Amino acid sequence: MIEIISATALATVQDAGRSGSLGYGVGTSGAMDHLALAIGNLLLGNPEGAAAIEIPLFPFEVRFVQDCAFAVTGAAGEATLDGQPLLPFWVLQAREGQVLSVGYPTSGSRVYLCLAGGVDVPPVLGSRSTQLRGEFGGFEGRALQQGDRLAAARPGLSEGPVDFGVISPSQALALHCDGVPAMRVLPAAEYECFVEDSRNAFWADDWKITGQSNRYGYRLEGTPILPSAPMEIRSHGIVPGVIQVPHGGQPIIQMRDAQPSGGYPKFGTVIEADLWRLGQAPVGSKVRFIQCSYPEALDALDDNRRYLEQVARLIDLHRMAPRQGH
Amino acid sequence: MSEQPVISLLGSSALLFEAPGALALAPQQHLWSLALQVAQWPEIDEAVPGMNNLMLTFRTPPRDLAGLRERLLQAWQQSTPLALEGRIIELPVVYGGEHGPHLQDVVEHTGLDIDTIAHLHSEPLYPVYALGSHPGYCYLGGMDGRLATPRRQVPVLNIGAGAVSIGGVQTGVSASAGPSGWNTIGRTEMAFFDPQQNPPAILRPGDQIRFRIERIIR
Repeated sequence: MIEIISATALATVQDAGRSGSLGYGVGTSGAMDHLALAIGNLLLGNPEGAAAIEIPLFPFEVRFVQDCAFAVTGAAGEATLDGQPLLPFWVLQAREGQVLSVGYPTSGSRVYLCLAGGVDVPPVLGSRSTQLRGEFGGFEGRALQQGDRLAAARPGLSEGPVDFGVISPSQALALHCDGVPAMRVLPAAEYECFVEDSRNAFWADDWKITGQSNRYGYRLEGTPILPSAPMEIRSHGIVPGVIQVPHGGQPIIQMRDAQPSGGYPKFGTVIEADLWRLGQAPVGSKVRFIQCSYPEALDALDDNRRYLEQVARLIDLHRMAPRQGH
Repeated sequence: MSEQPVISLLGSSALLFEAPGALALAPQQHLWSLALQVAQWPEIDEAVPGMNNLMLTFRTPPRDLAGLRERLLQAWQQSTPLALEGRIIELPVVYGGEHGPHLQDVVEHTGLDIDTIAHLHSEPLYPVYALGSHPGYCYLGGMDGRLATPRRQVPVLNIGAGAVSIGGVQTGVSASAGPSGWNTIGRTEMAFFDPQQNPPAILRPGDQIRFRIERIIR
């Protein structure tokens, strides 16, 4: 059990996301950085997709109401347990009464607090992710508030190894273009309907992530993307990563809380394997886009999988090593 | 079905199948049937109907995309229409005023006056083609083409539940508060979704909606 001390807004319970309800108009939700969620859970011996707390605003503080092992992953920054510094992508045993503080990240934008066994909230429509628009799932269907108490599914003293960490995805899977963080994009249905200059500029220019960016979508700022002729498209299903271009020409990338359908023309889709990068790109920062093919998008998923397998092997080594303490 | 459907990718997580021709109920009935069939395929997670289109999300993205396209086109050619016949739901609407903030934009775009817009909008029996956008939201077919108004230049960040709106040649009702790129012309009251129920959405494809003019605020 933990208690939220800080009154920070917008922290939510998220797991790997809700599938199977798109046909009811229910989007997937889920962690903005799937890799950070998976690694935090692996460090604790949880299933990769177990529910955790996604923290987008800082500082964030919780008190452990009882002993509980936890992991902090995602954005790197100043985190402390009772004042003792904590490295990113690290698993630790907290004792009753200890306070975890997570400060402003120095790189990245979202921190994940994973608890032993996962955050214990009831699954709704097959997931523990918070559906903010529908006001269900997660913790009472809303963002966390000061005084909220959340249970871990497996509190107490950890039976697995603690006090070690792993290499972060941003180190293991770094991707930059001219020194700017980059994401790979697969062109979508209306790609050819935009003028050539706009298409070229999209790949060549930096794009700024504006302040109107959140779990629903990232609004980008750059040279407007112009269609050859106005388009009105029939509403259709979309997925997180789809880059829509409203009539104004400033693209919006759909993120995890995005609606599962839309009708603005689609320029492309940030590939699933790179969505975590965008989830960690801070508001105000710049990103670049690299054109990729469908086979390359699948190779990128394989790269992510290989990295997770390496992490899992490393954790197994810790598990086999002789235990100290206790 | 002389024209070919268009198949495109939504990254590596899904593909979009768009039926050819004008927006109509007949191809939608073929898509309902296609969706039921394709949802059984092992590589497909969900088959989600849209407005004369179908999104397929991948359980595992197939390496052999060409093979999947081929099977999909074949299933489409061989599909028989599924004529879903559901309930008829009547929704009272207050057109204009505080809860119809974009009615004037529709007036300006269509050249019609407020009364005509309300009457043309409340005339048809609208079949629910598909659910999407947000929990419980229904996409409706059958809007009078004279009401067609492009989606907004910039989406509004928050519009309330019950907002009756027009986007292109489509119309619908917001099931909960949230962002929208459509032109809101009025408001109704109806609970469309309950996550504790099975199914959680109150309406489903094949149900029909009629809007009744409760009041027109000019």
